[in-house]
Amino acid sequence: MTKIQIKDKEISVPGETLAIGMDVLPGRGTYRDGEKIVANRLGLAMVDGRTIKLIQLSGRYAPKTGDTIICKVIDVGFNGWRLETNSAYSAMMSMKDATSQFIQRGANLTQFYDLGDHVVCKIVNVTSQKLIDVTMKGPGLRKLRGGRIIEVDPNKVPRIIGKQGSMVMMIKDATKSNISVGQNGLIWIDAEPKNELLAINTIRKIENESHTAGLTDKIKGYLEKKVQK
Amino acid sequence: MTYKERIDGRKFDETRPIEAKVGVIKRADGSAMFKIGNTWAYAAVYGPRNLHPKFLQNPEKGLLRCSYNMMPFSSTGDRVRPGGSRRSKEISLVTQKSLNPVLNLEEYPNSVVDVFIELPQTEAGSRCAGICAASMALADAGLDMKDLVCAVSVGRVDDKLLVDLDYSEESYEDGPVADVPIAFMPNINKISLLQMDGEVKKEELMKLIEMGKKACMKIYEIQKKALKDKYKVEV
Repeated sequence: MTKIQIKDKEISVPGETLAIGMDVLPGRGTYRDGEKIVANRLGLAMVDGRTIKLIQLSGRYAPKTGDTIICKVIDVGFNGWRLETNSAYSAMMSMKDATSQFIQRGANLTQFYDLGDHVVCKIVNVTSQKLIDVTMKGPGLRKLRGGRIIEVDPNKVPRIIGKQGSMVMMIKDATKSNISVGQNGLIWIDAEPKNELLAINTIRKIENESHTAGLTDKIKGYLEKKVQK
Repeated sequence: MTYKERIDGRKFDETRPIEAKVGVIKRADGSAMFKIGNTWAYAAVYGPRNLHPKFLQNPEKGLLRCSYNMMPFSSTGDRVRPGGSRRSKEISLVTQKSLNPVLNLEEYPNSVVDVFIELPQTEAGSRCAGICAASMALADAGLDMKDLVCAVSVGRVDDKLLVDLDYSEESYEDGPVADVPIAFMPNINKISLLQMDGEVKKEELMKLIEMGKKACMKIYEIQKKALKDKYKVEV
């Protein structure tokens, strides 16, 4: 007999029993201990059909295959670049993943990406030892020129992007700015100084109120009011 | 003179008043505060992050590093000289060993999780308060863990068995005193720290451990509530 011990969307702490029974399955952030399904993170417990999963609310960015992230070049080697990913591990970008241009043998790689440059790239592979491979080949992946980079909580990035990018599109339109959101919690903003500040403030507002319902409408109202001024 | 009742009027199995809060240090990845009577502990967790020196890196699992520090004017006696001491080094080590069993550090190879415990004021039971704060801060940092850790000191003063000794009880002079800090993992139901200072009989020790476990369960509820309160509006 399965017994679910939590309410849907309830905060659970590590070690807390979420359900007892063999017909429920442990999802992300949970594990099975005999009959019990136990939380192994602090998070929002959700019942999704037969699985019980935990949505993480805090913590640093954990690299995942397929994520689009913003990185900083920290080292240039013989056959690629080492990038800082805002996590515990750095990423490697090889020459063939970096550009479709022909690179002469022995060429100085700093002419493509120099130390301190920021790039938007995509994670293609993460090994069990957390070695990260990234690529620059894909739509929207590029070197960032100008603008400013801000840091946000990586767990709140989905809220900042919104459903199918609705939230970030709204900020872009209202502030006439260029924004790239990395899933590692780094956001690049390029706009006129006044609009840049508004975009940053809006993002901070979303970050602080990420838990409230109807956030898109609230932010829409906020932006309209600020732009009129 | 025999020890009949506790100096501050508590029951023998009663802890000092406890207060806990999570998310007190903004720039840390996870943080918590734990106050038990006049002993205050603040813990900040940074990481998982890049580990240096590199020879400490372990490709099989991450490293947990703890630092326990009493602030210069935190104790009732002499000023504590700033910087590490033999005592703080030992307590840092036992804190790390008591927290290690709950953490799934295999998730974070080659990296480190740093825990800094600072004590602005202390009056006995500081390592236990530090462990309680650190375990909440680790959970707040979103780390993969099996359980929380709760800690309390139990002990014997004269012929009485007590929970959560304060300074006056630890330094009781008219009879034998034993001080036994315990750290307990409530869901796994195992003990992760058991130290002893003083003399105690085997039967008494067994009784003390049971008393400590009971007190830890109460502390666990307080820790759980503090963690949930941080996100209360989100429900």
